[in-house]
Amino acid sequence: MPLDQGAPKKLKFREVGTRPLRPDGIDKVTGRARFGADASAPGMLVGRILRSPHAHAKIRKIDASAAEKLPGVKAVVTGADIPYREGADRWVWMNVMAQKKALYDGHAVAAVAAVDAATARKALKLIKIDYEVLAHVTDVDEAMKPGAPLLHDDIFTKGVEPEPKKPSNVTERYEVGHGDPEKGFAEADVIIERSFKTEATHQGYIEPHACLANVGADGTGELWVCTQGHYMVRDVCASLLGMDISKLRVTASEIGGGFGGKTTVFIEPVALALSRKAGRPVKVVMSREEVFRATGPTSSASMDVKMGAKKDGTITGAFAEFRYQGGAFPGSPVQFGAMTAFACYDLKHVKVIGYDVVANRPKQAAYRAPGAPMAAFAVESVVAELAEQLKMDPLEFRLKNAAKEGTKAAYGPTFGPIGLVETIKACQKHPSYKIPLKENQGRGVASGFWFNFGGQTCVSLNVNGDGTVALSVGTPDIGGSRASMSLMAAEELGIPYDKVRTIVADTSSLGYNDVTDGSRVTFATGLATINAARDCVQKLCARAAKIWAIPEEAVTWENGKAHPAGDNAGKFEPLSLAEIAAKAGNTGGPIAGHCEFNAENAGPGFATHIVDVEVDPETGRTEVLRYLVIQDAGKAVHPSYVEGQFQGGAVQGVGWAL
Amino acid sequence: MSGVHVSTTINGDAYEFVCEPDESLLDALRNRLGLTGAKEGCGTGDCGACSVTLDGRLVCSCLVLGAEAEGKEIATIEGMADGEALHPLQKKFLEHAALQCGICTPGFLVAARALLERHPDPSETEIRFWLAGNLCRCTGYDKIVRAVMDAAAEMRR
Repeated sequence: MPLDQGAPKKLKFREVGTRPLRPDGIDKVTGRARFGADASAPGMLVGRILRSPHAHAKIRKIDASAAEKLPGVKAVVTGADIPYREGADRWVWMNVMAQKKALYDGHAVAAVAAVDAATARKALKLIKIDYEVLAHVTDVDEAMKPGAPLLHDDIFTKGVEPEPKKPSNVTERYEVGHGDPEKGFAEADVIIERSFKTEATHQGYIEPHACLANVGADGTGELWVCTQGHYMVRDVCASLLGMDISKLRVTASEIGGGFGGKTTVFIEPVALALSRKAGRPVKVVMSREEVFRATGPTSSASMDVKMGAKKDGTITGAFAEFRYQGGAFPGSPVQFGAMTAFACYDLKHVKVIGYDVVANRPKQAAYRAPGAPMAAFAVESVVAELAEQLKMDPLEFRLKNAAKEGTKAAYGPTFGPIGLVETIKACQKHPSYKIPLKENQGRGVASGFWFNFGGQTCVSLNVNGDGTVALSVGTPDIGGSRASMSLMAAEELGIPYDKVRTIVADTSSLGYNDVTDGSRVTFATGLATINAARDCVQKLCARAAKIWAIPEEAVTWENGKAHPAGDNAGKFEPLSLAEIAAKAGNTGGPIAGHCEFNAENAGPGFATHIVDVEVDPETGRTEVLRYLVIQDAGKAVHPSYVEGQFQGGAVQGVGWAL
Repeated sequence: MSGVHVSTTINGDAYEFVCEPDESLLDALRNRLGLTGAKEGCGTGDCGACSVTLDGRLVCSCLVLGAEAEGKEIATIEGMADGEALHPLQKKFLEHAALQCGICTPGFLVAARALLERHPDPSETEIRFWLAGNLCRCTGYDKIVRAVMDAAAEMRR
């Protein structure tokens, strides 16, 4: 969707689109910024988690008595201390602490809080667990076979008729699409059918998960945590531990990378349970090894893709079957994979079937457009081969079949104005595409799609007595969003960027905010910020009206000042935001703007990339020679950080591919 | 285990601390002295987030024992700015948006400073090689390399 549709007609911006320094910048280059592991509290204990050495094992008995008796140990927690409570997410509950079975290597089975790390480590060694080791399965295709080791005896595949009577590792079957691909293939001159497998790549954020929990004797708690969504953490922890949501205040630390991986809980409920039992603050910091063993990479996938096209380059039909394993619990992003797979193409006949499968691996977590990259890899590989067989330029082939306004997407909706064609054309025109290739060099092009997303958002914008503005948002800033929010608030209010200070507020300060994910924050929190600023402007105008003793409707806001709407309103010198703010105490008290809403109508995002590589035919060593990203990002609020997202995403893609 | 008494100099100031014999310098800095600017990303010397210099030598503080700091001069990110005046590298990292989440930034800055002290005019390739021991997952490195080149140019003026 073009950014200005439904937005104000203002096309020239004063602040938006500039590249000011970010408000959290100084702290981050001086070492002052406080990340998850950087907090401490008086009387703080060290929490450590014991993890299963088996990929699949029944837990017959846990004997923690020796650990409990060790001097310096203040609390030991096992699955029995975190019983299932009505309303909690059963799979998240089972993941944070194993109950009857350990379902993957690294699954938490017990935890201790002790006066120091050495004592905690010693205590973990004293916990005796009687395991009955079971056969395990980690490959998605193996896990789907009849007779595969069964992870859960109560998963009956949903979405199939008739409903299976036997449990299996296949959680759900999804189907999206329209038309009849078989009909499409019958019309095709060329058909390509290929199978692909991708690994369970980890997001690899540099900051391991860390939190500091502090639960008092009255049952109220505080939690400091690196997360992409502290409201989610609060609600999930409260439900797992039987706390009132109002009794748990969660503060998001600076976050050292997430890429989707910090959109759920792992150690947080355990730290709270330890703190509650010990009556002291407990800090839990994962090691890198724990991050890789026990937190969510993306799904590994097994995929079949079949596409057919006519000699003139028209794609006649497309079919795909995706099998994603999401770790030991339901919830792989296979549905997103199925929905995004063919979104770049205008297809008459398209069908995608997706299977969500459980296997003895850590529970997957979101990773940069969850489910989409592997699907795009498979589909774009087939598209490339089709173009090659038809002897068509791969960009020309994509252009011929590109989704555009009016295209009915395989996942249902009919696209409004979208930017895919523009990205392909920009690639065609780019000098990179014309550089001649030498021996052992190759050029790949691919297009990609992501829905984007709005979601629940709440912000508060407070005008200070000196004319500065404090903006509180509830979405953790994972890569510069506070700068973008400050820019948008400054733009709307008509004041300089450096007069607005944006912070990520704790969960007791604002209404619920969805997680920082799905590429939603600049859109949703940005829109909320704009709305809050407009709400604030209305109030500023009302105060000016009061000062001038004229009706509120007779005041307008322009360039950061209240003006009488016209000559009939009376002749008054314009009042600046700072002048109105200085008099707030005498004109009705504090001035603030708010917005709480469900952001809707996020515009879908499309991109086309070109990569040149050189391969050493003897060793297979692949060198990336050049990489071009063309993406429809809408309006770049802070272009430097938009570029940063493109570059960072591309480099992670290179890491995934090579 | 009984503690080891260590006398050392950090960012020009004299410090004393007691640490376990098997405790890393990183843990001693962070947990005993409250210098949390150096980060633990891996604990195995792979990511460089814990970079400090020890008598001018760039090291991963997670691979150095706290006890080894005895009599040495340590420089950490906390000592990089001179009061309110940022080091040119710090300024250029901000100007070039060479950080997104910022967790790797202290390590990159300490490592880049160590480079520029030795090679005031490094090529792009030299910068990339020198900083190969520092991992960044957000930026894709491009803006970091540009920031270091720009800072080097400014420092040469």
